[in-house]
Amino acid sequence: MNDFDLVRKNLFRRKLRASLMIVSILIAFMIFGVLAGFYRAFTAGEDRAAADRMITVNKINFTQPMPIAYFNRVRAVEGVRQVTFANWFGGYYQDPKNFIMALAIEPNTYFDVYRSEFEVAPEQLQAFLRDRGSAVVGEKLAAKWGWKVGDRIPLNSNIFSQKSGGHSWDLTIAGIVKGKAEHVDTNFLLFQYAYFDETRSFGKDTIGWMILQTASPENNDRVAKTIDAMFANSTAETSTDTEKAFGKAFAAQFGNIALIVLLVVGAAFVTILMIVGNTMALSIRERTREIGVLKTLGFSGPRILTMVLGESVLLALLGGIPGLAIAALIAVALRNSLANVAPAFAVSPAIALQGVALMIALGLITGIIPALNAMRLKIATALGRG
Amino acid sequence: MTAEHPMVRLAGVSKRFTKGKETISIFDHLDLAIPRGDFIAVMGPSGSGKTTLLNLLGGIDRADAGEIAVADHRIDGLSEGELAAWRAANIGFIFQFYNLMPMLTAAQNVELPLLLTRLRSKERAERVHTALSVVGLADRVKHRPREMSGGQQQRVAIARAIVSDPNLLLCDEPTGDLDRQSADEILSILQLLNGELGKTIVMVTHDPAAANYAKRILHLDKGRFVERELAA
Repeated sequence: MNDFDLVRKNLFRRKLRASLMIVSILIAFMIFGVLAGFYRAFTAGEDRAAADRMITVNKINFTQPMPIAYFNRVRAVEGVRQVTFANWFGGYYQDPKNFIMALAIEPNTYFDVYRSEFEVAPEQLQAFLRDRGSAVVGEKLAAKWGWKVGDRIPLNSNIFSQKSGGHSWDLTIAGIVKGKAEHVDTNFLLFQYAYFDETRSFGKDTIGWMILQTASPENNDRVAKTIDAMFANSTAETSTDTEKAFGKAFAAQFGNIALIVLLVVGAAFVTILMIVGNTMALSIRERTREIGVLKTLGFSGPRILTMVLGESVLLALLGGIPGLAIAALIAVALRNSLANVAPAFAVSPAIALQGVALMIALGLITGIIPALNAMRLKIATALGRG
Repeated sequence: MTAEHPMVRLAGVSKRFTKGKETISIFDHLDLAIPRGDFIAVMGPSGSGKTTLLNLLGGIDRADAGEIAVADHRIDGLSEGELAAWRAANIGFIFQFYNLMPMLTAAQNVELPLLLTRLRSKERAERVHTALSVVGLADRVKHRPREMSGGQQQRVAIARAIVSDPNLLLCDEPTGDLDRQSADEILSILQLLNGELGKTIVMVTHDPAAANYAKRILHLDKGRFVERELAA
């Protein structure tokens, strides 16, 4: 036997009470894991944003188009290494339920700007560049629908229509886009802007946004000011910002995710804090005499304090770790169905570490008052011998 | 040697309690010397200071004035931490209501004081086995307190008190919650510990029959030893 055995046996001396507390902590950390996973998914773009990449959008908001003529003007700005552009397509496959993140892109420059994230086999990229009616598909999306190179698929839009009146664009899959790292999301389809622009019924010669790469992040401010000044007082003024800031603004469309996470997790934790804290205090009060006996045997006050804190931390870990594990399983189960909304939804190692830190904090906070009381307890009082 | 170096020495010890606005004097310049190897029964009416005396001897409570020494070691100036370490090494406590940990087995209860030592697990197990053998419970090592009678629980408590081989055993009404037969068994064990192992024992009791197992009986009344007599 050692002190840990003593802590463990004390914790489970009332099995029902211990189990109920563990379950309540488990639920709190399950909520934490799921919400933190969502938050991470929504802000993943910010985290992965390259320091030297910037986004130029219409100043009104990013859903408003800009003239395609801006592309060449931005290319000429000093300090810009490369520029590409894209247009939102609003695609779906077969049924409007089957949302496809589809973009009409400038094919010659797009993979140069995103070369640190994506790779396409050279022969497939050449095939894509040669065929205006082709598309490249991210490997996750291809795997989801079982698409392979050479397949011909109808891509529908719930925004755009063809001049002919139809809403469907037939595309040949020319290549599969692979992510260069595990966290890179490849749940998308890219096809040629030229094909899109010549066939769509409205919005001709406009683009959604430009992605530019500066020669160095130090140029970012100057380049942004130059570009936005260039189009000031035009019909489509621009707003240029870093990719990170753009990602943050994009995530903000869905509301302040961080605040929601904070409020929900905070409410759950304050409730758990009160329940566990009160139960721990009750549990220690019930053991007043035993604590007196331990002190009589020679257990020092600090040792008793450590044991009580150990008990509350152990309780938090026993509830919290399975809670996080369940959250991770939920994330795995929902990953496919949430692939379009929150593609990076997962309980990452960083979230798990934060969770463990929270568990330890929860254990320390709920245990500190009973532990201090136990440490200060006078033996004569505890044994009723005063 | 024994007279010059008693196991317990109290010199001019005073102890007062405050209840509300009232201050109650339990001891006022109390002197006491208990030789090594003695077995003393302390008797007296409720409120006479018996338990307070045990508390002072065991470093559980502090005197307001005076000196307290156990085995030539002054304990009245020790800090709380030093007192805890001193108790672990020198004192064995036996309580009226056994005070065993309900979730631990007999062996684990006895092992508790040894967690404060540097002994290895195997050595601790040997000591626990020896202590339980002394009290005749070597076959009850895995029983929990609720699975044992009051007499057996008190024997486990005695094993716990002696497992770290303390100099002094302090017993507070050790048979107060037991039937006569169990009480006699417990008192016989205490006599054995005193006679065979040389443990110095101070036992507080209300029971004259229990007191008769001691070598000496001290009567306390209003904080004074009013009578001293040899046990029959």
